[in-house]
Amino acid sequence: MAILVIAEHNNVSLHASTLNTVSAASRIASLTSSEIHVLVGGAACRAVAEAAARIAGVAKVKLADLPHLGDMTAESHAALIVAEVTNGTTAYSHILSPATSHGKNTLPRVAALLDVAQISEIIAVEDVDTFVRPFYAGNVLVTVKSSDVTKVITVRTTGFDAAISEGGTAVIEDTSATPDAKQPRLISRELSKSTRPELGAAKVIVSGGRGLGNGENFQSVLGPLADKLGAALGATRAAVDAGFVPNDYQVGQTGKIVAPQLYIAVGISGAFQHLAGMKDSKVIVAINKDPDAPIFQIADYGLVADLFTAVPEFTAAL
Amino acid sequence: MKIVVPVKRVIDYNVKVRVKADHSGVDVSNVKMSMNPFDEIAVEEAVRIKEAGNADEVIVVSCGVASCQETLRSALALGADRAIIVETDVELQPLAVAKLLAAICHKEKPQLVICGKQAIDDDANQTGQMLAALMGWGQATCASKITLNENVATVTREIDGGLETLEFPLPAVISADLRLNAPRYATLPNIMKAKKKPLETINPGALGVDVAPRLRTLKFSEPPKRGAGIKVADVAQLIDKLKHEAKVL
Ligand SMILES: Cc1cc2nc3c(=O)[nH]c(=O)nc-3n(C[C@H](O)[C@H](O)[C@H](O)COP(=O)(O)OP(=O)(O)OC[C@H]3O[C@@H](n4cnc5c(N)ncnc54)[C@H](O)[C@@H]3O)c2cc1C
Ligand SMILES: Nc1ncnc2c1ncn2[C@@H]1O[C@H](COP(=O)(O)O)[C@@H](O)[C@H]1O
Repeated sequence: MAILVIAEHNNVSLHASTLNTVSAASRIASLTSSEIHVLVGGAACRAVAEAAARIAGVAKVKLADLPHLGDMTAESHAALIVAEVTNGTTAYSHILSPATSHGKNTLPRVAALLDVAQISEIIAVEDVDTFVRPFYAGNVLVTVKSSDVTKVITVRTTGFDAAISEGGTAVIEDTSATPDAKQPRLISRELSKSTRPELGAAKVIVSGGRGLGNGENFQSVLGPLADKLGAALGATRAAVDAGFVPNDYQVGQTGKIVAPQLYIAVGISGAFQHLAGMKDSKVIVAINKDPDAPIFQIADYGLVADLFTAVPEFTAAL
Repeated sequence: MKIVVPVKRVIDYNVKVRVKADHSGVDVSNVKMSMNPFDEIAVEEAVRIKEAGNADEVIVVSCGVASCQETLRSALALGADRAIIVETDVELQPLAVAKLLAAICHKEKPQLVICGKQAIDDDANQTGQMLAALMGWGQATCASKITLNENVATVTREIDGGLETLEFPLPAVISADLRLNAPRYATLPNIMKAKKKPLETINPGALGVDVAPRLRTLKFSEPPKRGAGIKVADVAQLIDKLKHEAKVL
């Protein structure tokens, strides 16, 4: 038996979340002494397979390089994974994907087609069949044991360290799986362009809430601070709903889950739906003019101040 | 065209959930229950599609204990036409719910299912995708915009890096994200009217679905508490602490 990790990528480069997922797979592999294989499905994506082959601990990379897989639709990728698992040469005990948009979109489909449960966003491996995952916006942790033959799992990247991305020498094998090509048509994809680091990968995050007042303030007050710190920008749902920033800035229960070294919350009240996405950050700073804001209950360093004076002062002093 | 909207009864989003002292579950005694917020958005979208003349009937479905009827009545008060409860005391996991919903879809033959992107209790984000797979339909999760034209849906989805737009033929499953719409409040006359709308009760056996859980929960626990730190007096002290105590600058 082997463990199959689904690579997250954009046909050009391997996404870092794949490394955390390989780490989770290694935890399981250490209990079962099974091999880790990485499945790379996409179009003109051999470079991704080569990067996956260099990850320490990976034994084999399965490459499905087919034009219709390039748009990353759930339909085509679920069909690929199911074909690989049911018709391929290797028997897989576990299928793991990072809990990215693509993973969350695709793996439940895979699980239903295999008639097994899917386990969402695990943060720890207790045993080959036993995993810990959050419930209720992370206010509760549950330990679940699966009775299914194939465990289909998404992995919360903040729960596992990244595997080492260099030094591995896995073989790359073209898969013989012939997935169904029926899928929706991708009309457009608008990705936010930014020179700042990605939220999921950033060591420092400067995050803003409704207290910023509008989109212009958001950029003019937080932008310079983020630039000085080499930080990513994040936001609350309230800030996104009000149109200050695009949707992919949202941190929280229903947005991104992050755990940087330093999280600076500015003009954020600290609703638990927001805390769900950032409370595992190493150091949390909160700047809020309301001394009773709940964010202060989890902040390592709280500054009660008007953000419009405190943040520029902070930026200037760095 | 018929639209099916699955709605889940969950602990209200304002309640901070607590684990029982013996770790056997979460405390649900005297806790306010509500419709899953994403499902309210899904109901609102379906009702708007009907109001725009693009659908004839909106059917809401809830799977679970008898009190899910209350949730269904709230959905009817928002403008859904009729309701189905698949009643069972068994703990339902997403695969079981998806199978029940698939059985309902085979019976009702909707052109569209709009569900919530995730239930705020299990935070699973699975049921819609599983239903689509079981029906062999296309899917669009995390929708922030839906346009229907005859039998083609165009859906904008919220994804990690931004947005994407997909186009696919119906029938299909779409899951609602937060910014799809802002749900209306039920008016008193509509709450009264909802009491008279049809509500059918079915049990899982009659649908031929085995709902036995595949995952056994061994333990419920609370995550390690993060204590409050200190309040700093000013920006200078903040920088000093970040540099010399936390060593993150
Ligand atoms: C189903 C569901 C899912 C949700 N998911 C998420 C999620 O993923 N992420 C998320 O963030 N939220 C989420 N929410 C919303 C969440 O409940 C809160 O509404 C939201 O986080 C509040 O955002 P905020 O802190 O920016 O705004 P507010 O609560 O309005 O807080 C603004 C803060 O700014 C401070 N402030 C104002 N002016 C200044 C100033 N000049 N200087 C300093 N401070 C100032 C105020 O004191 C206040 O504390 C969700 C809600 C629901 C129902
Ligand atoms: N018991 C249920 N009854 C009706 N609909 C449900 C139920 N469970 C989940 N759903 C639907 O599936 C969506 C996603 O739920 P989940 O996969 O549990 O996160 C919800 O927003 C509902 O629309």
